[in-house]
Amino acid sequence: MNHFPWLSALTLVPIAGACLALLAGKRRGAARAIAAASALGSLAITIYLWSAFNTASGAMQFEELHAWIPALGVQYHLAIDGLGLLMVVLSAIVVLISIASSWSREEHGGLYFAMVLFLQAGLFGTFTALNFIHWFFFWELSLIPAFLLIRLWGGAARARAANQFFIYTMVGSIALLLAFLALYLATGRFDFLDLAQLSQQGQLVPALAQNLHWGGLSGSSIAECIFWAAFAGFAVKVPILPLHTWLPSAYAEAPSGTTILLTGAMSKMGLYGLLRVLVPIFPQQMQHWLTLLLWLAVASIVWSALVAWIQTDIKRMFAYSSINHLGYCTLGIFVVLKLAGDQINRAAAMNGVFLQMFNHALTASLLFWFVAMLEKRSGGLHGLNDFGGLRKVVPVLCGTMGIAVFSSLGLPGLNGFPGEFLIFKGVFPLVPWAAAVSLLGLLFTAVFFLVFLERVFYGPVNQRWAAMPDLSLGERLALLPAIGLMFVLGLYPQLIVGAMNSTVMKILSQVRF
Amino acid sequence: MDWIVRYLWLIPVLPAAAAAVIAFLKQGRRRLAATLAIGSLGVSLLLALIAFAHTLAHPALEYQNHNWLQFGAEWIRFGWLLDPLTAVMLVMVTFVGLLIFIYSLGYMAHDQNFTRFFCFLALFAGAMLGVVIANNLLLLFMCWEVVGLTSYLLIGFWFHKPEAAKAAKKAFIVTRIGDLGLFLGMMWLYGLSGTLLFYDGGAGCLEHTAVAAMAAHGVALGLTASSAIGLLIFCGAAGKSGQVPLHVWLPDAMEGPTPVSALIHAATMVAAGVFLVARMYPLMEATTGGGPSSALEVIAWVGAITALLAAFIAVGQNDIKRILAYSTVSQLGYMMLGLAVGGVAVGMFHLITHAFFKALLFLGAGSIIHGCSEEQDIRYMGGLRKLMPVTFATYAIAMLALCGFPLFAGFWSKDEILHSAHLWSISSGPFYLGAVGAFLTAFYMTRQVCYAFFGPRRPAPRTVAKPVHESPPVMTWPLIILSIFAALLGFVGTPAWPWFQSFLEGRALALNFGAFSGGMVSLMVISSVIVIAGIAIGWWLYGSKPITRAEEPDALERVQPQFFRALGQRLYIDEFYDVTVIAFSRLCARAFQWADRWVWNGAVQLVAWCTRMVSHFDSLVDAHAINAGFDGGSTGLAQGGRLISRFQNGRAQNYLRVLGVALVVLALILFWSHAG
Repeated sequence: MNHFPWLSALTLVPIAGACLALLAGKRRGAARAIAAASALGSLAITIYLWSAFNTASGAMQFEELHAWIPALGVQYHLAIDGLGLLMVVLSAIVVLISIASSWSREEHGGLYFAMVLFLQAGLFGTFTALNFIHWFFFWELSLIPAFLLIRLWGGAARARAANQFFIYTMVGSIALLLAFLALYLATGRFDFLDLAQLSQQGQLVPALAQNLHWGGLSGSSIAECIFWAAFAGFAVKVPILPLHTWLPSAYAEAPSGTTILLTGAMSKMGLYGLLRVLVPIFPQQMQHWLTLLLWLAVASIVWSALVAWIQTDIKRMFAYSSINHLGYCTLGIFVVLKLAGDQINRAAAMNGVFLQMFNHALTASLLFWFVAMLEKRSGGLHGLNDFGGLRKVVPVLCGTMGIAVFSSLGLPGLNGFPGEFLIFKGVFPLVPWAAAVSLLGLLFTAVFFLVFLERVFYGPVNQRWAAMPDLSLGERLALLPAIGLMFVLGLYPQLIVGAMNSTVMKILSQVRF
Repeated sequence: MDWIVRYLWLIPVLPAAAAAVIAFLKQGRRRLAATLAIGSLGVSLLLALIAFAHTLAHPALEYQNHNWLQFGAEWIRFGWLLDPLTAVMLVMVTFVGLLIFIYSLGYMAHDQNFTRFFCFLALFAGAMLGVVIANNLLLLFMCWEVVGLTSYLLIGFWFHKPEAAKAAKKAFIVTRIGDLGLFLGMMWLYGLSGTLLFYDGGAGCLEHTAVAAMAAHGVALGLTASSAIGLLIFCGAAGKSGQVPLHVWLPDAMEGPTPVSALIHAATMVAAGVFLVARMYPLMEATTGGGPSSALEVIAWVGAITALLAAFIAVGQNDIKRILAYSTVSQLGYMMLGLAVGGVAVGMFHLITHAFFKALLFLGAGSIIHGCSEEQDIRYMGGLRKLMPVTFATYAIAMLALCGFPLFAGFWSKDEILHSAHLWSISSGPFYLGAVGAFLTAFYMTRQVCYAFFGPRRPAPRTVAKPVHESPPVMTWPLIILSIFAALLGFVGTPAWPWFQSFLEGRALALNFGAFSGGMVSLMVISSVIVIAGIAIGWWLYGSKPITRAEEPDALERVQPQFFRALGQRLYIDEFYDVTVIAFSRLCARAFQWADRWVWNGAVQLVAWCTRMVSHFDSLVDAHAINAGFDGGSTGLAQGGRLISRFQNGRAQNYLRVLGVALVVLALILFWSHAG
């Protein structure tokens, strides 16, 4: 472990950038330049990590391990496998998109950009830390800037939305904290990898039974209580039905640049938790409750797609769409715990989940970026009926946004499709009914996105926007790499899957069957 | 392996690449855009012809597969294949496509989004050709969906019209419903056979090992896995090819520009469903015993019902393009029927002949619409025979071909379908449905031609009557070329010389006039009589006495007003969907939203409210018990202090008095204790 501590550096870059942006204060131009430089720097580091990553191995890489508070079993333990790598790359891209979307919003000054960068630090920390205490610190750290971003720069009902968001996630976090304290009391470990190993060796439940005496509960019942507490913490973050009710108002009231962070990156924290913590540590508990979990995932998919259909607010519609798309990820994650069935189908589902996580981050961020552009041009409007016939007035904006929309509804050739295909490929042989019911989600996703296109882009021109300016050269250049990436990943998803496959197989091997 | 097989991928990629380049062009670069689109498709046509020649010499199937995507130790492999089926489709799509591209030069000349139009057309051609050459069901599905996208974009090409936007949305959603079945079937097929490659050296999902295993694997309701998967895949085909009950989108799709209707919604894309069934035929027909599989039985019935129902509805329509659209639906039904009862060659033969004469009919309709200042209602046409002679002549040929008039292309291909249906072992129902449909086809086409070309001119009162003109040569030449095919193409597949059928099925070909014998000839006579009767009755009702005023009721309306109105309203099928499927989905959506707000969020609010109540209770306890106790305690202390402080008021005599009293008390106590 004599290599340069790249992962520490990755987390420090946005913190430094945030401090500088704070110092820049009122000088908005300087602040956003610092933010952009910092975000680009982070992206460069993540790209370096990607190129230096050994894709043939699913093991942890770039490891940094130092004693921190030995008495409490707290270590400074950073490392990434394919999952962590995917997450840091995705966070770097999402934050860059968020900053680009705020580029010419005058009200977003130094403080705003500093908060965005602090949030990014929280994301990087969460995705690289392997010790619970260290990890939990960053998990919570990301919440505070998110809260402030909504509270200070949000829409009319921002106070309520921000409070609800904060308290909801906080309650989830407390459940998570209690769960891990219980695990610590029973095992003396905070390290995710150690706990996973204990679980694999079948020592977790006996340790719980031996060391915790909760009113005569058996070890396995205690394990289930702890599992559900941890599940609640992650489920709120993703979110999984029925813990999703904070999301529509938070996404709708947050400034679009912040919504990009919420949907693109923060939702992935929940999925990351499911993959890094729940699947390796609590596989038996998940298997025990599998039918319920699958129903929750399927409900997230179908329910949210149907509700999205009748929204009259673009941001709320896309917010429900986000729940729908993340539902495919949770479905793919849960289904690998199905006892019977071929490993190859689990591999397909899990690879699909990885693809879908990245693609959802890219596509959803891009969609909200376009919403930000519409807001900028219309003075903050984002109602479904506030526009009409825009394709005639701003053809390039509509054309590029159309690409993002069709990517989101899973059109082959664009990035949304391969992930969904792999997930269904894995789910169908393992749990046919779940795949069949989820197809309704695919149908209604198409329905509500086409309703969006019809109301906003098509029909006669709304004369109020007859002079709306089309995309500027800067906007076009900024969009180009993102749109290009959508095509590249749609036609050649192996780019991501090739780097993830070993990690997927490693995660699957951790699940005992 | 020949170089044409190795580079077969160029055929779809060239137009797709042209589309990508055109997408970046400015709206003003019309000439460049059209050149790129037409040029790329022209090269594709050349390559397709070479590929066709190659299969003539080597009819055996050839393919190439390459790794695409990995999961676990497995790779999804993509590839392309060349067999007679692919070769025929390649030539048809590129040739008809090229003619329609050229025609569009004239038809879209005045449209301000000319460049974008050619971008979408080229993308369509690329995706459609991808469907044709794919050697993997997933790759086919991906191209299939892109075809659906271009259909959506082109139906909604005049998106400022709300009807066009609605029709585009409807087309995408209805076909997607079918596609979900296809998607599910694909998953199942993948799960059972372990691959989606059609052909892979014996391991492909259409090859003997996999198909035999699936045919032997029973699922539920007496279905075998192969038939169940086949039916799911057929759902996708039914959506694309407008089979009942998913036919409702195709007539609405006529909101798109007419070249689009000709290319996508008549000749090529809607035939993709038929092609898919033909491609998956080894799976569809697989049974362990003899006789047709249950999948083919269902397809035969669906095809026959579609053929008849759409022909009925076509009788009651007045929009020239809608009549043709229902006619397309009906003919697609015949193709499905032909595939199911007679095999690949029978269905495909009708697909190919139909592509030519239906494209011709649509282009003719476009020429009429173009010439009549965008008028589409046949009641406001009339007398175009003299005004547009080239259009009339070619339209008449196409109409006779469609009706199945003896010796025209449609005669041979439709007759073969009816013949096979007649011989079908399961039921003679489809044959009778098809025969009635053939009568109706002749009838509604005659009605349309009489309305449009005969009688006096009846311009609509609302329009400024501009003089009607024949279309420019760039539009009439494609009509003439297509009409040659519409007239003569049938001769490649007559019973005496079934070149087309033997080519597709890889059989040896022999000239055999003996085929015209017994049953075959009598059936030909019967079907000719049916067609001529249809034309004669149509002429008797609409042609013999010229229609003078547009407002006068239809000849059929006078006889059967209610039935005719129901036909005009498309048998209320759309309305039925509105009040059932759509209303139910909306209800669910509203219920879910209500539950979101009141149940889930209500629970959260309840918890919040309870927490708040607990806090209020706490604060009450604080205020009245704890605070009051504390206050009481402090007050008591203060009072006690005050009481005690009385004793320390600084007056010396008081202190002395206390001292004196205390001394006395002390002395008394001491004394008392000693005494005790």
